[in-house]
This record gives sequence, C-alpha cells and structure tokens, in this order.
Amino acid sequence: MRLEAREHTPLWLPWIAILSSGLITLIFAAILIMVAGASPVTGFYELYKGAFGSKNSIAETGATATPLIFTGLAAAIAFRARFWNIGAEGQLYIGALAATYFGTGLVVFSPLVMVPFLLLTGFLFGALALLPMVLLRQFLKVDEVVTTLLMNFVIILLVSYLLEGPWKDPYSLGWPQASPVIDQGVLPQIIPRTRLHLGFAIAITMAFLVWYIQSKTSFGFSSRAVGFNPSTAKHSGISVTKTMIGVAVLSGGIAGLAGVSEVAGLKGYLTLDLSPGFGYTGIAVAMLGNLHPIGVIFSAIFIAIIYVGAGAMSRAIEVPTYLADVIVASTILTVLVSLILIRYRIMLRGKF
Amino acid sequence: MILDLLELLFNAGFWAATIRIACPLLLATLGELICERAGVLNLGIEGIMTIGALVGWTTVYLGGDLSTGILVAAIVGASFGLLHAFFSVYLGASQHVTGIGITLFASSIGYYSFRLLLPSSTTPPKIMAFQPLEIPFFSDIPFLGIALFQHTAFTYFAFLMIPAVFWLMNKTPLGLSIKVAGENPMALEAQGLDVLFVRTIALMLGSALMALGGAYLTMSAFDAFYFGMVNGRGWIAIALVIFASWQPFRVMLGAILFAGLDAFQVRAQQLAGAFIAYQFFLMLPYLLSIVAMVFAARSTYYPRALLIPFRRGERH
Repeated sequence: MRLEAREHTPLWLPWIAILSSGLITLIFAAILIMVAGASPVTGFYELYKGAFGSKNSIAETGATATPLIFTGLAAAIAFRARFWNIGAEGQLYIGALAATYFGTGLVVFSPLVMVPFLLLTGFLFGALALLPMVLLRQFLKVDEVVTTLLMNFVIILLVSYLLEGPWKDPYSLGWPQASPVIDQGVLPQIIPRTRLHLGFAIAITMAFLVWYIQSKTSFGFSSRAVGFNPSTAKHSGISVTKTMIGVAVLSGGIAGLAGVSEVAGLKGYLTLDLSPGFGYTGIAVAMLGNLHPIGVIFSAIFIAIIYVGAGAMSRAIEVPTYLADVIVASTILTVLVSLILIRYRIMLRGKF
Repeated sequence: MILDLLELLFNAGFWAATIRIACPLLLATLGELICERAGVLNLGIEGIMTIGALVGWTTVYLGGDLSTGILVAAIVGASFGLLHAFFSVYLGASQHVTGIGITLFASSIGYYSFRLLLPSSTTPPKIMAFQPLEIPFFSDIPFLGIALFQHTAFTYFAFLMIPAVFWLMNKTPLGLSIKVAGENPMALEAQGLDVLFVRTIALMLGSALMALGGAYLTMSAFDAFYFGMVNGRGWIAIALVIFASWQPFRVMLGAILFAGLDAFQVRAQQLAGAFIAYQFFLMLPYLLSIVAMVFAARSTYYPRALLIPFRRGERH
C-alpha cells in the first residue's frame, strides 16, 4: 500500500469524503445497536424524534450545539496552527469559574453591560489558562498536548474544591454547586420556555468572527502559514511566537466562552458536571468541520443531534447512552481517513 | 507534622503502597517508550489502558482465569495498537489526532460494552483478583518483607518488564530496528527493512503493555472496574517517558518517584487534611508531571523522527 499526493483535488471531493465518513459512522452505530439486541431502524427513528420531534427537542439540540460550537472553534483555531490544545475542557471550566466569580453578585450592572462583561471575563480567563502552555512550548519546548491534558485534571479538581468549600451555595441543600448567576447576567432564552438561550446566537456570531479573522486579517494569514510550515513562515518574516500566542488566546478564550454560556445561559449556576466532556468532543466537531469555522457550526449541530437523539434513543430502546460517545469518537477516526483521502490517492499496488 | 512525614519513609506499608501504585505507571510508560522509540507518539494510551482494565476484568468475571485475563488484555491492547498504526503509520495521519481519537474510541466502546454486560449495576461486581504471594523466608524479613516481598505475581511481572524491555530495545535485532525507525527511518529503509512494518510492531507491543497497565488496576490493585478509573495515568506516563529520556531503567526511577508522591499525598491528606483540602493533594501528581516535563524538555535527547510520518520516496 502506498500513498501518492494528488496533483489537484476536485472541489466536491472534500464534502463527499466528509459525508461518507459520517455515513460509515452511522453504519458502525447500527451494528452496535444490533449487538445490543435492538433494531437500528427503530433506533434511528427514535434518534430523529429525540432531536427534532418537538419544539422542545429542537431547542435542546440547539442548546447542546452551543458549547460544542465554542469548543469546536477552540480546537479548530488551534489545530489549524498546529497548536495541539487538548485542554478546552479545562478552559471551559475556567470560563465558568470566571462567570461564577463575577456573575453571582460581586458586581452588578444593567443586563446590557453585565452580559458582555461576563463574556469578556470568561474569554480573558480562558485565554489566561492556556497562555502558560503556549509560552512553555515556544520558549522551553514543552509539549503542549500533555500539559493542556494534565491541566484539565488540575482545573476540575480546583472546581471541585471551590464547589465543596468556599463557593458552595449555602441554599443548595448539600449539593456541591455555586450560587446562581444574578438576573442581570443571565443569557435570555431565544425560544421562550425552552432551554435554547442567547449563547447559541453568540456562538454562531463567534464562528463568523473567527472566519473573518482567519480569512481577512494578516493575523489569520500568519496563523495558517505557521500551521502549514513554521520554518517557511519564519523566513517570510512572520513571528511564530507572537502568532502562536495569538492563536492560544483566541482558542483558550473561546473555550472559556463555552463555560460562561453554560453557566449564565443553560444551568444558571456552576456544577461539577457542567460539561460531559464538551472540550474533548470539540475535537471531533473541529475535525468533522474540516477545521473551518463555518464547518464547525454544522458539525456541532450534527454532533448535538447525535447526543440529544442518542440520549432519547437509548431511553426508548434501552441501549447504553455511551453509544453517543462511540459515534463521536469514531467520527474523529473516519474523518481522519477521509482527510487523508482528500490529499492523497491510495495505490494498492505499485512499486515498493 | 514534619516528623510524621519523615516517619513515613521508615514505614514498610508506605513502600509497599508505592510499589503497588508504580506498577500501572511502569507498564504504561514502558509501552509508550517502545512506541516513541519507533517514532510514534501514542496518545491512545489513556483509552488503551481503560480497555485493558475492562477486558482483563471481564475475562475473569466471565470465568476465565487470571493469566487468560492478562493475555486477552494484551491482545486487545495490541489490536488497538494496530488500529493506531493503520492511521498514523500507513496513512501517515497526524499522530496527535489519531491518538486522541483512539483514546476516545477505546474508552467509549469500553464503557458501552461494560453497560451491555452489566446493564444496571450500582456497585461494580468484584472478581477474585491476584493475591499477595507468600515467599518463604523473604516475606518474613522485617521491613523489607512487607515492603518488597508480599506483592502479587502481577506486580513482579510488571517490574520484570523493565529488564525485558531493556533487553528487547538494546540486545535484539527487533529493538535495534525499532530505535533506527525512530531515529533515522531512511537508514532502516536503506537496510532493506520496512519502516512501516517495524513501527506497526512497536505500536502493537507498546499498546499491549499499556493495556496490561490498565489490567493491573482491575486485576491486582483493585478487583472491580469503575468508570474513569484510569484517571489520567496514561497522560502521566507520557510525561514520564520524557522524564526518563526514553531509557527503561530510568522509567522505573520515575514511576517509583511518582508513585511515592501519590502514596505520600494519601498519607499527607490524613495528616494535614484538616488544614488543606484533599483536592490540592490530588492535584500533585498532575502538577508534578508538568514540572517534570519542563525540566526534561531541556535535555537534548529525543527520538529524531518522533511525530514525522514516513512516506516512501518523500524526503525528510
């Protein structure tokens, strides 16, 4: 087996490749449903019903897509520049901590100021959480994959400490959760009496903003150049370190926004199970979206459908809920293959 | 309090705990070492440990004996190594994304199967795990007997893997080709050897050891499978490989140091738990791994072809 670089890639190929990897994942999911002794047809129907069946389920899908758009953008921005930030989970919690610290009564502004203020602090703290890792990488050559991964554990322990200790809501009847965000800081609902909140619109706006930064600004150009070939970028006068710091600030900051949006938009207060791994799922979202900010919107919605739908499905046909995680993980792997096939032809026979 | 902590060093139980905690780290780190020596960073480690913990335990739970459990865990680990090789070696995909994908895939499919096997168990069922061996005479030596000679067979097996991996890497043709594959793959190719094949073998061997590291948790350290029980040990192993500069015997040093710290933080919690919240003690292993990486990053050695996919006919 041998790979040969394609001289030119047809425009339709990337989309066909990504779609077929989604299809392969669904076939794999069907096999797993059959292993569990259920019918995949009923399963996928329940999945569809769970994700689209009612106004509430559509709102729920949008609400789940919201943090995934943020974490997907965080991963896509970093991976484009070949900065392997696997710490979005931790940065999300840091953003959530910032929203809790500033949003539960420390300062009070009118909603028009309070909401942007909370978003900004969440962004700043998320960025600050990732900053040491990019500096360690650029100046001491410490691999960022391991440091960002390990920091996830440290940050979640910090959240656990705060929720069981100094930040514990005295009215929470013993549950480890923080005080609720004050009314002025709450992100309003987009569809009344559902869980879909303003965070969804902010996430989509962020995606377009990132797309604008990446395609229209010189920073966007350098961040792609650094990812494509760092030494060439350096020779053409791009400061690799400055660019990497910018990438890390943007990536960590957007992951922090996910935390603000979950605390101030969805839950209303910080809990230790705020994120069921949105940071890690963001990697799948970014891959499936071909590391493109607009692609991230669609892939986050797709993966939210899987999560919300698979949750409803597993309740209906009694299949373990972990099926959703399997689907997300196999999406990463199938998309990885399709991305290779976009760039290379596989020659099964040939000169060895 | 300082005196209490000093006393710990002369406590045989502390050393016995250190050795127990070191074993999964030791096996996983040696596994990662083999992969990285061949030029492949295996970030699938966390998931491969999880699946190893699960299948080892499941085999025994379903009636297999302990050695069968170990064998099954190793085979399943090796298959995930093969899967990793398909992506990262044969397709030349990003080793970072492949590894994270394998970790998420292995752990989610593990949890899915565990829930299929035991749909609604609140307390995880226990198996008859490895029991401490009584070694005539040695187990009765004061202090050393408890610290070193009252362990399970799996523990001794884990420590035996250190000279075994050293021998494999330095004294066998396979080990030498693995090292060349990670240093200068073109040279290996020039010798008429298949770089992709050598890297695949290294990934399979290494992943089998990682799975054994996971299996140690459910078959020797504990006797049941819990969700999230690997708890970042795989990522710590990756830091340990760097800390050990890719040398098997230094892996032992690193694993014992970390395990000692872990055993220490458990005791320190009991002593100082009233003043400092337990979460800060639990942070120590992760923070120390980061510190260890910062210091080890300055050392000059690393496998030169690490992270670089090998494609025939492409210049490197």
